[in-house]
Amino acid sequence: MANVPEDLHYSKDHEWVKVEGDEAIIGITDYAQDSLGDVVYVELPKPGDEFATNESFGSVESVKAVSEVFTPVSGKVTSINESLADEPETVNSDPYVAGWMIRVRMTNPGEVDSLLTAAEYEDFTKAEKE
Amino acid sequence: MVNNLTAPAPQLRRTPLNRVHRELGGRMVDFGGWDMPVQYPAGTIEEHLRTRDHCGLFDVSHMGEIEVRGNDAIPFVNRITSNDVTKLIDGQAQYSALTTPNGTVVDDLLVYRFAPDHLLLVVNAGTTEKDWDWISSHHGGESVKLKNISADYCQLAIQGPDALALLQKLTSVPLAGIKYYHFTQGEVDGVPSIVSRTGYTGEDGFEVYAASDKAEQLWNKILDVGAVGTDNGVLPCGLAARNTLRLEAGLSLYGHEIDETTTLLEANLGWICKLDKGEFVGRAKLAQQKEEGVQRRLVGFEVTDRGIARDDQEVVVGEKRVGKVTSGSPAPFLKKNIGFAYVPAELATVGGEIKIDVRGRLVGAHIVKTPFYKRAR
Repeated sequence: MANVPEDLHYSKDHEWVKVEGDEAIIGITDYAQDSLGDVVYVELPKPGDEFATNESFGSVESVKAVSEVFTPVSGKVTSINESLADEPETVNSDPYVAGWMIRVRMTNPGEVDSLLTAAEYEDFTKAEKE
Repeated sequence: MVNNLTAPAPQLRRTPLNRVHRELGGRMVDFGGWDMPVQYPAGTIEEHLRTRDHCGLFDVSHMGEIEVRGNDAIPFVNRITSNDVTKLIDGQAQYSALTTPNGTVVDDLLVYRFAPDHLLLVVNAGTTEKDWDWISSHHGGESVKLKNISADYCQLAIQGPDALALLQKLTSVPLAGIKYYHFTQGEVDGVPSIVSRTGYTGEDGFEVYAASDKAEQLWNKILDVGAVGTDNGVLPCGLAARNTLRLEAGLSLYGHEIDETTTLLEANLGWICKLDKGEFVGRAKLAQQKEEGVQRRLVGFEVTDRGIARDDQEVVVGEKRVGKVTSGSPAPFLKKNIGFAYVPAELATVGGEIKIDVRGRLVGAHIVKTPFYKRAR
């Protein structure tokens, strides 16, 4: 069973959002990393880059495939997880903590209310499997 | 995680091992119309490394088998393929190609000689029907009987340094006596089989052909005696690992490095192109191209900047788009990102610097000798 922490917000594209004040930390879920398989490369934006809601901010690559990642909230990138350059497999082993991807200053913190709760995301992934 | 216990879409074909792949947790995908495992829970990288270090087991039952029997078997096949069939002895196989009149590739294949009047052509899964039609249409007055026996056979590939020891546990055929690209017939786990010292991984290993209804028995037995589940045991391997293994080994994949638009000489397959053997389809065009030189050539490259080159991305030299990647992927054993690409012949030199357009970003690479990987002997 995939892990779905209670305290996070989720998108239907399998990203998670952790809110810290007016900043959001973003990564991909356990369900997503499991579907991808071994992550061999992560492409991230630069601090200062700005993204609209659901805009692609980078990509995650497995041996076989490239998957884009989308930000569930609009904002400006304040920092990125540099360790993923040398250790992309952290996305597989620890998708919610050490495998975080970007940190953004949210343009509109209210956007998180439109995201899925842990329970809703869990239902969503169960339905996807069928 | 994909629910792997639902049935495949009705239009996808299944090998006799479909149920076993699903039971093992295989992630199933559509490969040329076949419902096949792209990887199992161990993952592509582990499957790849295990094959290089110990042993990997592959279901290749979707490949096609076309039987050619009759007094004219050898001259017939020699006329429609590029390699020299007359050089084979009983129990020997050769890598070859079915060629078009332009010297381009209908398919690559193995030609097995059982006897002067009995050949077996082993062709790719996605091209079996096309090849059958092609071969049949070239049957002129020769005394041969052609039969598509693909459905009768399952095929398992056991590859890696431990492959021989593993397979030897299941057969009294002295495997060490089978030379590379030779084969014999005997029993494997009591099942009448063709045991061929061939493979698509760059490792030592065998391909075992047997009756389709024996597939599960052989597969499960091999995993069992191969101590699957232990750190040094055999692992079942999916199509993703099969691809990364053959790429590292510098082997072409039909539909990527070779197709009906690429000549054997452009694809660096001149070594299976025996112009002196006599007439074969495409010979004149190939001889002409050999005279004049090729305009473009297949090269292997290693990515030097950050990034992974992928299939169909463009090769850029200076300001110009000069070619395309035919296969691009991470190489799990070499720990580099590699690929093949077609470039203009004048640029096809080892050490040459190229760039690949990776989704809008130009990523540096240099041309290298292939194979990228060669096993220690």
